[in-house]
Amino acid sequence: MKKPRAIVLRTAGTNCDNETASAFKIAGSVSELVHINELVRGEKFLKDFQILAIPGGFTYGDDIASGKILANEIKYKLNEDLKNFINSGKLVIGICNGFQVLVKAGILPGINKGAIESTLSFNDSGSFIDKWVELEPCTRCVWTKGLKETIYLPIAHGEGKFIPKDSDVLNQLKKNKQIVFKYVDNPNGSIDNIAGICDTTGRVLGLMPHPERHILGTQHPRWTREGLKERGDGFAIFKNGVDYVKEKL
Amino acid sequence: MEFKIEIRNRYGVFDPLGNGIKKNIKDLGISGVKKVNVSQVFIISGDISESDAKRIAEELLADFITEEYIIGHKPQAASRKQRIVEIAYNPGVMDPVEESARKAIRDMGIYGVKFLRTERKYYIEGKITENDFKNICEKLLYNKVIQHAVKGEELRVKDAGGGYKFKLITVDMLGADDKKLMKISKSGQLFLNLKEMQEIKKYFKKLGRNPTDCELETIAQTWSEHCGHKTFRGVIDYEERVEGEGSRVKKSRIDNLLKSTVMKVTNELKKPWCVSVFKDNAGIIRFDDEDNICFKVETHNHPSALEPYGGAGTGIGGVIRDILGVGLGAKPIMNTDIFCFGLPDTAHKNVPKGMLHPKRIMKGVVSGVRDYGNRMGIPTANGAVLFDERYTGNPLVYCGTVGIMPKDKSFKASQFGDLIVAVGGRTGRDGIHGATFSSGELTHESETVSGGAVQIGNPITEKKLTDTLLKARDRNLYTAITDCGAGGFSSAVGEMAQELGAEVDLEKAPLKYKGLSYTEIWISEAQERMVLSVPRENLKELMDIFKKEDVEAVVIGCFTSNKRLKLRYNGNVVCDLDMGFLHDGIPRFERKAVWVKPAHKECGPKNKKDFTQDLLKILSSWNVCSKEWVIRQYDHEVQGQSVLKPLVGIKNDGPGDASIIRPKFDSRKGIIVSNGINPRFGFIDPYWMAASCIDEALRQVIAVGGSLKKTALLDNFCWGNTDKPDRLGSLVRASFGCYDIASSYGVPFISGKDSLNNEYSVHGESVSIPGTLLISAISVMDDVTKAVTMDFKEKGNLIYIIGQTKDEMGGSHYNLINNSIGNNAPMVDPRSGLKIFNRTSEAAELGLLRACHDLSEGGITAALAEMAFSGGFGAEIRLKAAPCEAKRDEVILFSESNTRFIAEVRKEDKKRFESLMKGVTIGLLGEVSEKKDFRVYGLQGKKVIDVSIDKLKEAWQKPLRW
Repeated sequence: MKKPRAIVLRTAGTNCDNETASAFKIAGSVSELVHINELVRGEKFLKDFQILAIPGGFTYGDDIASGKILANEIKYKLNEDLKNFINSGKLVIGICNGFQVLVKAGILPGINKGAIESTLSFNDSGSFIDKWVELEPCTRCVWTKGLKETIYLPIAHGEGKFIPKDSDVLNQLKKNKQIVFKYVDNPNGSIDNIAGICDTTGRVLGLMPHPERHILGTQHPRWTREGLKERGDGFAIFKNGVDYVKEKL
Repeated sequence: MEFKIEIRNRYGVFDPLGNGIKKNIKDLGISGVKKVNVSQVFIISGDISESDAKRIAEELLADFITEEYIIGHKPQAASRKQRIVEIAYNPGVMDPVEESARKAIRDMGIYGVKFLRTERKYYIEGKITENDFKNICEKLLYNKVIQHAVKGEELRVKDAGGGYKFKLITVDMLGADDKKLMKISKSGQLFLNLKEMQEIKKYFKKLGRNPTDCELETIAQTWSEHCGHKTFRGVIDYEERVEGEGSRVKKSRIDNLLKSTVMKVTNELKKPWCVSVFKDNAGIIRFDDEDNICFKVETHNHPSALEPYGGAGTGIGGVIRDILGVGLGAKPIMNTDIFCFGLPDTAHKNVPKGMLHPKRIMKGVVSGVRDYGNRMGIPTANGAVLFDERYTGNPLVYCGTVGIMPKDKSFKASQFGDLIVAVGGRTGRDGIHGATFSSGELTHESETVSGGAVQIGNPITEKKLTDTLLKARDRNLYTAITDCGAGGFSSAVGEMAQELGAEVDLEKAPLKYKGLSYTEIWISEAQERMVLSVPRENLKELMDIFKKEDVEAVVIGCFTSNKRLKLRYNGNVVCDLDMGFLHDGIPRFERKAVWVKPAHKECGPKNKKDFTQDLLKILSSWNVCSKEWVIRQYDHEVQGQSVLKPLVGIKNDGPGDASIIRPKFDSRKGIIVSNGINPRFGFIDPYWMAASCIDEALRQVIAVGGSLKKTALLDNFCWGNTDKPDRLGSLVRASFGCYDIASSYGVPFISGKDSLNNEYSVHGESVSIPGTLLISAISVMDDVTKAVTMDFKEKGNLIYIIGQTKDEMGGSHYNLINNSIGNNAPMVDPRSGLKIFNRTSEAAELGLLRACHDLSEGGITAALAEMAFSGGFGAEIRLKAAPCEAKRDEVILFSESNTRFIAEVRKEDKKRFESLMKGVTIGLLGEVSEKKDFRVYGLQGKKVIDVSIDKLKEAWQKPLRW
């Protein structure tokens, strides 16, 4: 069987592209870094891939608001392509800034297609924070299959406070089991401790923590105390994505 | 039409930014503020309709879940209960949001925007006086160097300078006497001395003409201390005097201090893995069979004093460009930042006129580093923050970057006929005279006179530049590259063309706005620009790479072979200089230097029975206390390479010694970076300060499991005005220390930097910073899985001290908390030191060390306390077991003797460890205990410290829990 193909989308200010591409490679896919201009100008095509990853970073400086300008660009320049991509049963993951993009483009939570139903805003502390957090997985999302215990990943963001539009949206998220990760110890004031959500299909995942930063054992902040593991907790997420494509697509 | 769109939080939405400002207002000592709200204002004009503006506001600018928008200039009445201020950038200062916001509006299909600026609007609720309000504005909300408060309906300047009409300006030097020459130097902010001005006059006399302003500026920049390192390369008459007991006088004449100390180490050691040293933007060493790594640390002190946020940000931006411009360019993979500030609790009335409060400087610097480094996607994984009241008027900001590059990209050479391509950001009026300004001393007028030297960076422009440059490099499309740092095009082109010559058409440089004169274009230090030397046949392919990712690149000239620097503006020659004169015509400095050993008050024995309070005080002292508040704001893990993070231990919050990264996912090879700095030892003797800094940087490398085998050093001297013999004397003495210790340890220097004139003058009196040497170490580690952290790991493990403790309390933190300095600064004995380093390194390699911590500020006790609370374990320690000739508890507890470690060893490894350490001074101090008590028994066998680790940790964490 041909290897699954992951596209890691880049633009000005993307900065977690290499490690995200590496994570997919280690999980068994081909991954390609593609600049958004290449898609917009028709030099590369989304349809040639089965997984779309929007990695972390500060796209366009997070000017105006985090992820907003790339979300705007996707909405105006790639809307149809992306819709077709998702509707054809393929996978999307947005990490950190990528999550912000998916939310601000109205792709997540996707209860009412295209509508903005939630946002990611400034941390309650008012400041950027880099720290490791325990996450409780709670879902049926494709990307988190088989995860039962808490996983340990780093966050690194200034605007990670998840806010649903209203209590209706929050209830829908709960009802549809779209809340994929919850912080055990809320670092940013997110409503209901939400760290990541998926769309109604379970194939589009967005999360603030960085699974691509916990692929190797040496990335764990306490590996010198607790012993060196072969793989970090973030690996399962990439593996799930790649395996899903191998099985289903 | 022009539209003003204000974006503000919806009623009831918590505003974390406003809340942060409220906290800062309280810090200013102003009470009564109930609430602060911040809104973002966009001024947009051009061919856009009202419905366009509404769409922009609704779809792009406002996040309707948390925010709302107001369009129009509705005046809002300030009341006694609410004050409002709107802060805008000064004309000519870059607004980083402008470019991206315009792009987003174009993406929406709205193309008519001609002008876009952003402002911030603050609503301050509560009862405050007019004076309080003024203070809040000036001390917190804006910095007049780059911003102003908008008054009424401000006429917004659309172009910073309006039009520019060419007129060639010449400077009458031929007719000038010495007095006039100095006047020209001073009024032109050239910072050239009389001898240099005379030399320039002589050159033009031969030519029979006066220089143009552009020629004079070019020479001033090339000859500036910042670019030319005149002090280090000059001739020095040095005298050293020790008075009183054991008095001696030593005199010598030093021809080029750099070559006879720091560089000499490297030349003598001839390490085969040193690839490129002291030539290029950064030092390069071998990493593995495919790649080399490079390292550079820069300073950005003066700009950070005036505008901490922009100054620190552009400091980072600058050193990153050093790495992008070393050889044919390297990929930046790690940052390290070291700051020295005044004391955060300085009373506002004690802050010199024209200066910002240390706490504001610190917050500004940290956020500048955060916003630039994080956006660049380079982990800031290592650093230090120091405090001393003498940095109040002149803080120090050291920014360092590590890069990695393929072996065959380590050298560059422009070729005759190559095109000169400017790439990256546009040129503006920002940063005029940075190179010369940083070579002078700060005065209370600096903020008005030299405000133009301060810049705001745009990290995204630099990130785009980085991404595309590395692609062009890998396709071999250019023959040389240099960053536009201090001196702008003048220094970049001047440097690249040194052996060839160059012709540049200045009007071709892309400008941020109209109105720049030819000289301003040439010397502007606008950020995020690089210069490439491109063979003509590669031009198209190169331009395509940049175009694809929206990076601007423009041919501005070409390299010649006539060794002349010829500049034109629309065909008019504005500069025609001989490269030989420009680069070698500078008269050498001849200076006097004197170092007299000072005599300080001794702290003296106190015959105390309990030292618990002393330990708590040391842990809470500004230099020792936790810097977690700083570290957590930096993304120290982006790129996913971190192996040892800056914070370690059971709760990820203990103070790690050095950071380790592993730049390749499929290799266990790693890079260790550490820093040694301790200006307090310099108060006593700069020689031993230098020795201690080297020892400290190396100790940290060893403590995390590294070795000296492939370890290299950087030196970074920040000193006062070296025209003054005492300042220069201590600089010379420190350089001697660098040579002696680094060569005995067999560790080469690969690059360095000096920033002199770090003085601040108030009422004509000059205050110098403490001569501050930063030694940074970089080391290649073969297997990162052997790394060791400093936190205690398991109960029952043995605790050893490695190394001899001596009565060396001079400059110690124990003396600091007892208000004295002392006279016996720690020395370094490289012979025994080398053995200690090598054996400790072997012990780590063999897996015998469960934890290891280097001993520095606070000595044995502070290190043990840190290891205990970081690991969540207590300890039982017996001082009797510590090898020390001085039989005094406080010496063993707190002396800061060099080359010492605390090691945690499993009981079953006792024999192996002790036999490995044969011939090295060690002592078995005690055991890790399960209880949370930290107990130390003195020489008499009685408890001298008894405290819980929670209390220790609280003392350590509290001061900077902001």
